[in-house]
Amino acid sequence: MPIWMLLAVFFALLILTGLTVYQSQFDLGNAEIWLSLTIATVKAALVILFFMHLLWDKPLNAIVILGSLIFVALFLGFTLMDAEGYRENLIYKSTVKASQPGAKGDEIDN
Amino acid sequence: MTAIQETAHESEHAQDHHHDHPAWLAHHFDDAEQQFDAGKLGMWLFLVTEVLFFSGMFCAYSLYRNRDPQVFEFCSRFLNEKLGAINTGVLLFSSLTMAWAVRAAQLKQHKLLVGMLGATLGCAAMFLGVKAVEYSHKWELGLFPGKFYVSQIPGAAHGEHGYLGSLCIVPLILTIIAGVYYIYSLATMSKFHQQVAGPILVAGACFFGGVQLGRILEAEETTHHAAEHAAHEHSPGASHDHSQDHSAGELLPEKEGGEVIALGHKSIEDVKVMSEELKTPDASVNQKSMAGLFFSIYYCMTGVHAVHIIGGMLVITWLIVKAAREEFHDQYFGPVDNVGLYWHLVDFIWIYLFPLLYLIT
Repeated sequence: MPIWMLLAVFFALLILTGLTVYQSQFDLGNAEIWLSLTIATVKAALVILFFMHLLWDKPLNAIVILGSLIFVALFLGFTLMDAEGYRENLIYKSTVKASQPGAKGDEIDN
Repeated sequence: MTAIQETAHESEHAQDHHHDHPAWLAHHFDDAEQQFDAGKLGMWLFLVTEVLFFSGMFCAYSLYRNRDPQVFEFCSRFLNEKLGAINTGVLLFSSLTMAWAVRAAQLKQHKLLVGMLGATLGCAAMFLGVKAVEYSHKWELGLFPGKFYVSQIPGAAHGEHGYLGSLCIVPLILTIIAGVYYIYSLATMSKFHQQVAGPILVAGACFFGGVQLGRILEAEETTHHAAEHAAHEHSPGASHDHSQDHSAGELLPEKEGGEVIALGHKSIEDVKVMSEELKTPDASVNQKSMAGLFFSIYYCMTGVHAVHIIGGMLVITWLIVKAAREEFHDQYFGPVDNVGLYWHLVDFIWIYLFPLLYLIT
C-alpha cells in the first residue's frame, strides 16, 4: 500500500471526525443519530477497506466479516423489534427531594 | 538457539519429515502463502467473535437509549467532548502507524518498522492516559455505575480523592522498569535491547503526556463551566428564574406529601411523578436507576475497549521484540499484519463509541 494512500485515508478519517463533532452542535432531532451513524459507518468502511486491506484481500475473508455484520444486524433488529412495547410501563420515580436546594445526593433515591 | 533448532531438525528427520523449511515457516504448511492465508483467516474469524461480543453491548445501549433518550442526553453532558475527539484522533493516528508498520515489514525496513510499532504503542498509552483523566474526573463527581451513582447537584463542591494518582501507579512502575531497562541497554551497548527498551520507555512517557493533556483540557472545561455558572448567577434575568425555580421546588414537597398520605403511606418510590409536573426535567433522570444505568453502559463499553487497548499494547510489545531481531520480511510478515487487523478493529469499535456516547445533544 503506497504511503500517499495511507495518509489520504488517515486525513479523510480526521476530516470525518471533525465533521461528526461539528454536526453534533446542531439540534437535528431524530436525524442526528442517523447522520452520526452514517459518518461512523463511512469511517469504519475506510478503516476496513484500506487499513485492513480488505479491498485486496481474499473474498473469503470479506465474506466472513460481512457475515458477522449481517448477524449483528439480525441481533439488534430482533431485539429492538418490540422495544416500543416497554414504553407504557415507564415509571418515573419520585424525585421530590432532588428539587430541594441543598439536598444531599445520597438521600435522593434510597 | 541453534542447538535447539538442530535438535528439532534431527527429531523431524527421525520422524521422516523431509521438508527442509526455513525457521519462520511452520512445518505443517506447504509454503509461505499458505501459512499467511491460514493465519489471516484465523484472525478474521477471531475478529468476527470480537464484533459479536461488542454487539451485545451495543444492543444494550440501543435498547436503553430507545427507552429513555432523555437519560442519555442528560448524562452525555458529563462526558468531555474535547477529550473524546482527541482520543479519536490519537487512535486514528495509531491505526495509520500500524498500517505503515505492515508496509515497512513487507519492505524489510527494519528500523522504520520498530519506529512505527513504537509510535502505535505510544498512541495507545496516550489514549489510556487521557482515559485515566476522564475516569478519575467522573469518579470525583460521583458518576459511578448503577447503584453507586451519586445524584448530581449543580454547583456542588467536589473534593480531590486521588483517583488519578492511584490509576497512575501501575503505569509509573512500568515506566520506571522500562527506564531501568533502557539504561541497562545503553550500558551494555546492545542494539537489540535499545530498540526494544526505547519504544517502551517512550510509550510510558506518552501515558503521562496523555494524563497531562487530559488534565489541562479537563481543567479548562471546569473553569469554563464555573464562569458560565457565575455569569448565570449575576445576570438579573437569570436570578429571577432562579427564584422561580426555588419557589417551585418549595411548593412541590407539600403537594407530594399530600399524595403520599392519600395513597396510604405508600413508599415514596412507587409514586408516579411526571416530569412536566416537576418542572425540573433533569430530576427524574438524575438518579441511580436512570443515570446510573447510563454510566453502567458507559463504563462497560469504554472499559472493555480499554482492556482491548491494553491487550493490543502487549502484542505490539511482542512484535517490537521480533522486529528488533529483524525477523520479518516479504515472505513472513503475518504477525504484523494480524496484530494490525486486531488493532484496526479496536479503532473501528471506538469510531462507533465516540459519537454514540460523547456526541448526544
